Amino acid sequence: MPPTIPVGTASFDPGLPWALHPQVSLRPESFGALAYHFGTRRLSFLKSPTLLAVVSSLATQPTGRDACTAAGVAPDELPTYERALATLAESGMICERSAP
Amino acid sequence: MTLVTTERPATPRLVDQFQLGLDAPICLTWELTYACNLACVHCLSSSGRRDPGELSTAECKQLIDEFERMQIFYVNIGGGEPTIRSDFWELVDYATAHHVGVKFSTNGSRITPEVAERLASSDYVDVQISLDGATADVNDAVRGAGSYATAIRAMERMAAAGFVGFKLSVVVTRQNAAQLDAFLALADRYQAQLRLTRLRPSGRGADVWDELHPTAEQQRSLYEWLLAHGEKVLTGDSFFHLAGYGESLPGLNLCGAGRVVCLVDPVGDVYACPFAIHDEFLAGNVRSPGGFDRVWKSSDLFTELRRPDTGGACRSCGSYDACRGGCMAAKFFTGLPLDGPDPECVLGNGEALLAAAADTVPPRPSLDHSRRPSGSAVATPVGPAAPVAVALLPRRPDRACDEHPLAGLDAGHHPH
Repeated sequence: MPPTIPVGTASFDPGLPWALHPQVSLRPESFGALAYHFGTRRLSFLKSPTLLAVVSSLATQPTGRDACTAAGVAPDELPTYERALATLAESGMICERSAP
Repeated sequence: MTLVTTERPATPRLVDQFQLGLDAPICLTWELTYACNLACVHCLSSSGRRDPGELSTAECKQLIDEFERMQIFYVNIGGGEPTIRSDFWELVDYATAHHVGVKFSTNGSRITPEVAERLASSDYVDVQISLDGATADVNDAVRGAGSYATAIRAMERMAAAGFVGFKLSVVVTRQNAAQLDAFLALADRYQAQLRLTRLRPSGRGADVWDELHPTAEQQRSLYEWLLAHGEKVLTGDSFFHLAGYGESLPGLNLCGAGRVVCLVDPVGDVYACPFAIHDEFLAGNVRSPGGFDRVWKSSDLFTELRRPDTGGACRSCGSYDACRGGCMAAKFFTGLPLDGPDPECVLGNGEALLAAAADTVPPRPSLDHSRRPSGSAVATPVGPAAPVAVALLPRRPDRACDEHPLAGLDAGHHPH
């Protein structure tokens, strides 16, 4: 019922470890993916398959930036992808996790 | 919703990709029963009496399993009055246990304090309470005597149980268009969120459309009001035809019928959208081989709907890219061609066409489960749906009246 997930509290630091929020489901689509947060009932559209790959690998990569690199994001595209991750952090779709 | 994009200029717009359809709906309306204890004059599904062919509990659970496999995140449950089904809570629990969130629409008649408590304790259930007047006189003229008090009592109970952010769902009519501020105050009082949706000439709505649909001046005021209130007020992307005024309202601004949205009715028939219960928009049935998945992915109707739009008579209009010709169901049930303007086209093109076609008879809904005029009980008599001569009298509720293309995608921001 009531959205209880704090939204907009996270500022995104690509140098930290991140993960998909446990209440978020991803559904791959031809354009990328749909992400739905069961806590806030928000839907987001990930508008590229690469972004989906980045988000999917967040939990297993040491940092957000590593997840981008591992998904094949070129250095000159990093800022774009980091902005996209920042947007997802703002809406609570991804969250910081404690380092392994 | 939020668009998270990394696009370069050559990337097709999301709206164009949605036009071509997705592997599963984003947003699915599931009407559980045609039975209803109210008889709203504008009911989009002409509900009243249960249909003897309604899906059994076991069939409903199989369908939920299918939704889970297709990763349909949540369903908008309506009716009829869905809570009338004796297995309603069982199905809600089953859905949420299978990762299918539920938002259900109700007239509030079965929201007891205990039910409100139960709802407040669930993270995966959301509730919409329907009300079509901020005052009892305006509401009850459409939804029936006593229905205002019932809805208010339900909201009081939800608030008392601590359910913050349930939805107060309003179909905007000529009679309540001046009450938008009052609706907002009402929602605030109960810590609810206001949701406004568009009246369609669907179901019994066809009979009262001329009297109830907002005037051109009211549409303009509504547009300004919605712009001023932004994402605080939900619309389920219902008013995208108003984008023809210039600025898009929050949402995707497209007709999602058969592309990102559809309706499963109580007997398992799959229609392109909740406002299109007519053979013309019937894509198949979930009981057929291949089930819902096959209907969604490969029915002839949905394949056709996903073909690129040419714009038809609207092609040369400068606003076409904004309004995309408006609502398919609104056109169909007012007798207008589907490839022309919406009857409420903000440029007046629809009105002109309607006037020119004044003596043609628009198509009627294929089904009618209205209770017979004498019936007043909460009855669910079974039997074939007999056509009922619909007088302009309070009739029955508009359950999923509010479900529309992107209903429930509580509008987020669009960073791009």
